Amino acid sequence: MRTKSIFRVLFLLAILISSFSHRALASGGNDEPFNSGEAALHHIADAHTFHLFGDIYIPLPAMIFYDRNGGGVTFLPSSASFDIGHHGNGNLAIDRYVLKHGVVQRIKDTNFPMGEVKINWPGGHDSHDHASDDHAGHDHAGHNHDTPKKQTADVDSPGHDSDQVFYNGKGFDLEHRTTWDGELAGGGKTSYMDFSITKNVFTMLMVALILGLIFIRVAKAYKQRDGQAPKGLQGFIEPWFLFIQDEVARPMIGEKHYRRFMPYLMAAFFFILGLNLLGQIPFFPGSGNASGAISITIALAAFTFIITTINGNRHYWEHILWMPGIPAWVKIIITPVEIMGMFLKPIVLFIRLFANISAGHIVIVAFVGLIFVLGESGKNALGAGMGVIAATLLTTFMMALELLVAVLQAYIFTILSASYIGAAVEEHHHEGEEAH
Amino acid sequence: MTFLLAATRFWPILPEPGLIFWTVLIFLLFWMLMSKYAFRPIADALAKRNGDIEDALKTAEQARLEMANLKSENEKLLSEAREERAKMLKEAREAGAATVEEAKEKARLEAQKIINNARQEIENQKAQAMREVKNQAGSMAIEIAEKVIRRELKGDASQTSFVNDLVNEIKLN
Repeated sequence: MRTKSIFRVLFLLAILISSFSHRALASGGNDEPFNSGEAALHHIADAHTFHLFGDIYIPLPAMIFYDRNGGGVTFLPSSASFDIGHHGNGNLAIDRYVLKHGVVQRIKDTNFPMGEVKINWPGGHDSHDHASDDHAGHDHAGHNHDTPKKQTADVDSPGHDSDQVFYNGKGFDLEHRTTWDGELAGGGKTSYMDFSITKNVFTMLMVALILGLIFIRVAKAYKQRDGQAPKGLQGFIEPWFLFIQDEVARPMIGEKHYRRFMPYLMAAFFFILGLNLLGQIPFFPGSGNASGAISITIALAAFTFIITTINGNRHYWEHILWMPGIPAWVKIIITPVEIMGMFLKPIVLFIRLFANISAGHIVIVAFVGLIFVLGESGKNALGAGMGVIAATLLTTFMMALELLVAVLQAYIFTILSASYIGAAVEEHHHEGEEAH
Repeated sequence: MTFLLAATRFWPILPEPGLIFWTVLIFLLFWMLMSKYAFRPIADALAKRNGDIEDALKTAEQARLEMANLKSENEKLLSEAREERAKMLKEAREAGAATVEEAKEKARLEAQKIINNARQEIENQKAQAMREVKNQAGSMAIEIAEKVIRRELKGDASQTSFVNDLVNEIKLN
């Protein structure tokens, strides 16, 4: 629990740093402002590309459905079609789709030309790479025109992060991505649905594949070395397996039912652990912040919720809907609370995992950002030096802590899932008392 | 303000249908496949191994008990055998002693018999020898007497009666 409060403090710290450092610095010697808050958010965000280093990106397949404006499926064999340039911004728009920070977004204006079109980004330097291109002819002027636009954009949205692209010197707004937030947080309905293999999807596939290979080898080892002591990879996996079995499943669910739910708990634990650990690696094939993406934790918590709900016995529902042994008027109060609790349990489950993993990543980016903050846009070499020392120490500490958190959060998700399932399949208390 | 604006583009915090779809698909596949090919077989293997170990321990305990039983049985058998041997030895000794005694008795009786026989024989021999001596002495006396008589009888009758007296005397012996 102490770890959690530390995280809360660090999370707030990261937000503070991000707010104050806004525009305080520049990165890479150009005059583009550095915002560690946005940098952190970009680093933990999902993307349609896999950033290797510098301007080198691994493109991923983009599958986009759009049914509101005409219908159909856009399948781009890879996000490379956008001609990825600086900051993961695509130099081309395809059928009004653009790639911004490695993420596919769509231009709102339906008058924007379809097909492949050369575009410019606010900040203006993205088109430099292609100044001599065939495309360059008609949009080269855009570079000059975007300066006043940029300033207007800066009023509500800082720096290069304004939600606009420029074509022929005119700014075009971008749609937000499709999210299920009831349009409360800026997302919402869009003219397209995105089912691309994004960085997070790719990370999940990789984790599933790696774990699959490991576990099939281990399962084979159990078959081949039947009755013998575990060895090698098998010996490495067995304690984890036994830990989940004997310390999580058995005590939480009970001797009678735990075997049924073992595969789910194992899958959840190792899948989350894999995502957490792979997310710790700051470069390819790591760096995908899958368990820090709320979509993924929601989906995982939904599994726990569904398993709990369909396995709930008479006793479980009785306790939720009409708690026995208390006066009727209390039942009227308790029942709504219990029903709320039924849904709150999985909600807490996905928020906890998401927040812990995201917070760790944000804090690390914020610590690295110290180099730029203290270096004052490259003007203060001593500050930058201090920043390097501070960032190295703090980041090393954080990474060690995150390693612990990676295991801890996978464990917590699993043990809480097990306890919810355990509550759903628990035998009647009064019968159970004899067992104590 | 900055943070709020940033949050509107902070997609990790907003649920995205595409990502949820992929997560459900990938996790479901992972769960099902691993359950079939890894988690259940491993759990079964572990349970089996646990059972085997428990069985082995039980068997070992049983074997230990059996060994202990066997040992005590052996000891019992051994002591019985020892007793038996002692008994047999004792009996044998007694039987031997009895046999010796019997043999001695027999020998004594035999010896007695032999002695008796020998005595009888001696008696017989003695009687026979006496008889022979008597006979021989008689015939020798007769011879002598004949010779004497041949010489003496020519003359004297008193001498003849004397010889007869002599002969009678020999008979009395």
